[in-house]
Amino acid sequence: MSVKQISVFLENKTGSLSDMTQVLAENSIDMRAFSLAETSDFGIARIIVDDLYKTTTVLKDTGFVHTVSSVLAVAIPDVPGGLSQVLTVLKEEQVNVEYMYAFLGGKKNSAYMIFKVAGHHKAAAALTARGFRLVDQDELSEL
Amino acid sequence: MGERYFQPEIETASREQIKAWQDERLVKQVRHVWDSVHYYRKKMEEKGLTPDDIKGTEDLHKLPFLSKYDLRDAYPYGLLGVPKDQVVRIHSTSGTTGKRVVAFYSQADVDLWSDCCARALTAAGATQEDVCQVSYGYGLFTGGMGLHDGSQKVGCMTVPMSSGNTERQIMFIRDLNATILCCTPSYAEYLGESMKEMGLTPDQIPLKAGIFGAEAWSEEMRRDIENTLGIKAYDIYGLTELSGPGVAFECSAQTGMHINEDHFIAEIIDPETGEVLPDGQQGELVFTAITKQAFPLLRYRTRDICVLSREKCPCGRTHVKMSKPRGRSDDMLIIRGVNVFPSQIETVLLNQGYPANYQIIVDRMNHTDTLDVQVEMTPEMFTDNMGEITQRQKKLVEGLRNMLGLTAKVTLVAPKSIVRSEGKAVRVIDKRKI
Repeated sequence: MSVKQISVFLENKTGSLSDMTQVLAENSIDMRAFSLAETSDFGIARIIVDDLYKTTTVLKDTGFVHTVSSVLAVAIPDVPGGLSQVLTVLKEEQVNVEYMYAFLGGKKNSAYMIFKVAGHHKAAAALTARGFRLVDQDELSEL
Repeated sequence: MGERYFQPEIETASREQIKAWQDERLVKQVRHVWDSVHYYRKKMEEKGLTPDDIKGTEDLHKLPFLSKYDLRDAYPYGLLGVPKDQVVRIHSTSGTTGKRVVAFYSQADVDLWSDCCARALTAAGATQEDVCQVSYGYGLFTGGMGLHDGSQKVGCMTVPMSSGNTERQIMFIRDLNATILCCTPSYAEYLGESMKEMGLTPDQIPLKAGIFGAEAWSEEMRRDIENTLGIKAYDIYGLTELSGPGVAFECSAQTGMHINEDHFIAEIIDPETGEVLPDGQQGELVFTAITKQAFPLLRYRTRDICVLSREKCPCGRTHVKMSKPRGRSDDMLIIRGVNVFPSQIETVLLNQGYPANYQIIVDRMNHTDTLDVQVEMTPEMFTDNMGEITQRQKKLVEGLRNMLGLTAKVTLVAPKSIVRSEGKAVRVIDKRKI
């Protein structure tokens, strides 16, 4: 159970982020989640969208270098300690988190975290076994 | 105080005398090269020449040219003019495609080179009373050891500082009362600024003269350096292929650099046709080394564009003067005194699997040249893993450092962002205001 994330290369230059979001806007692509990682001279925009195929096609056509990877989307109980519970499981399973970011779904009382981990399947199995709900692509599109 | 010369009988010799030396030495040198450098002999044979065809400087134009490409093809020993056991030193500079240029010196070659540097130092006012701080890099680069030997020959108390460590540079200048400074002009400017920041006024700085070369600098920069350091700043010219700094040097008139014509014959040619141009016309500078034994280059094309002048110089020297190089007839860049060819950068990129689509941006910040290599990101290179990209960037910086001998910044840019004009990308943007 995983979600496809698109990572887009962005030059560290005024307007490059805006150029990308404009392309998405013009093509009526809806972003579900968004995170930005950067160094001093380039950045990676990580996005999860409602229509993966359409997005990668328009990005390719408009010359944005990008890549698609699998990430875990976990529904987190929106209570104090919610995230900690998830991370405890990953710690026990010795799964290293490469990066993660949060986003809010439309449904009440649920927060979601995207995890990029070393050991995707192991982490997914462990989290499911411990009662956490992993969200798939379809569900995410409908949020 | 009158003008001082290191070798007055040579430096102020009559034009007839200089021509007589040149005629005699050229004939002898052509014979030497014919006998010992197979590579050049072949070139002469291709033109149907034998040493007998060269009877004096009038015949110089008949001889074939040598260029950087020949140095690359003949690397490393193809142009060596003496048995290896006669070689006492080498120096090296970067070549066109990553193969370095290695120049060889016999003891006599080192001696004549240090004479040339001693003439430059003396023209700048150096005597054995002086403390001369040599802040050019020591090592394969010719700047450090060249001026070092010259300074010792003059009898100066020579401080072999080499480049870098500004604080220590300033400490030695002040504590030892250094009077002469030798380094690149941009480093001189930087030292000046640093001393100014420390609150030192020109009269608190013991320096009285500086010899600055190995990179382009303007008249404004000269005045700037002279004012902050309270010195007179002299230009010096040279290239590793011909020995190093001291091929030509400036006198107190500061209106061009006297070429040491008893060792080097200068010609100006049309870079397109190779035809010799009359004095006063701008063209490519070509040198023939008439006394060097171990690396005896004949008609070596420097790619520097300049003008020769034989007008009488108020300093009393009779040797021809060359203008500051006004440009290059090839794409070589001089960055922090280091020769850089775009082709070298391209080689590194291709070796590491990058497309040959790049742009080199050269600028000068805080008196130091900066080199920024911009590379377009490709789908093949891109990954979601930031660390991996940064790692690859580091590897490229490392590769460039190995190739060029200087640290470049590598910037990854968006695909197709490098400007292309009429199908051809603009490879080099030099923003330096020199």
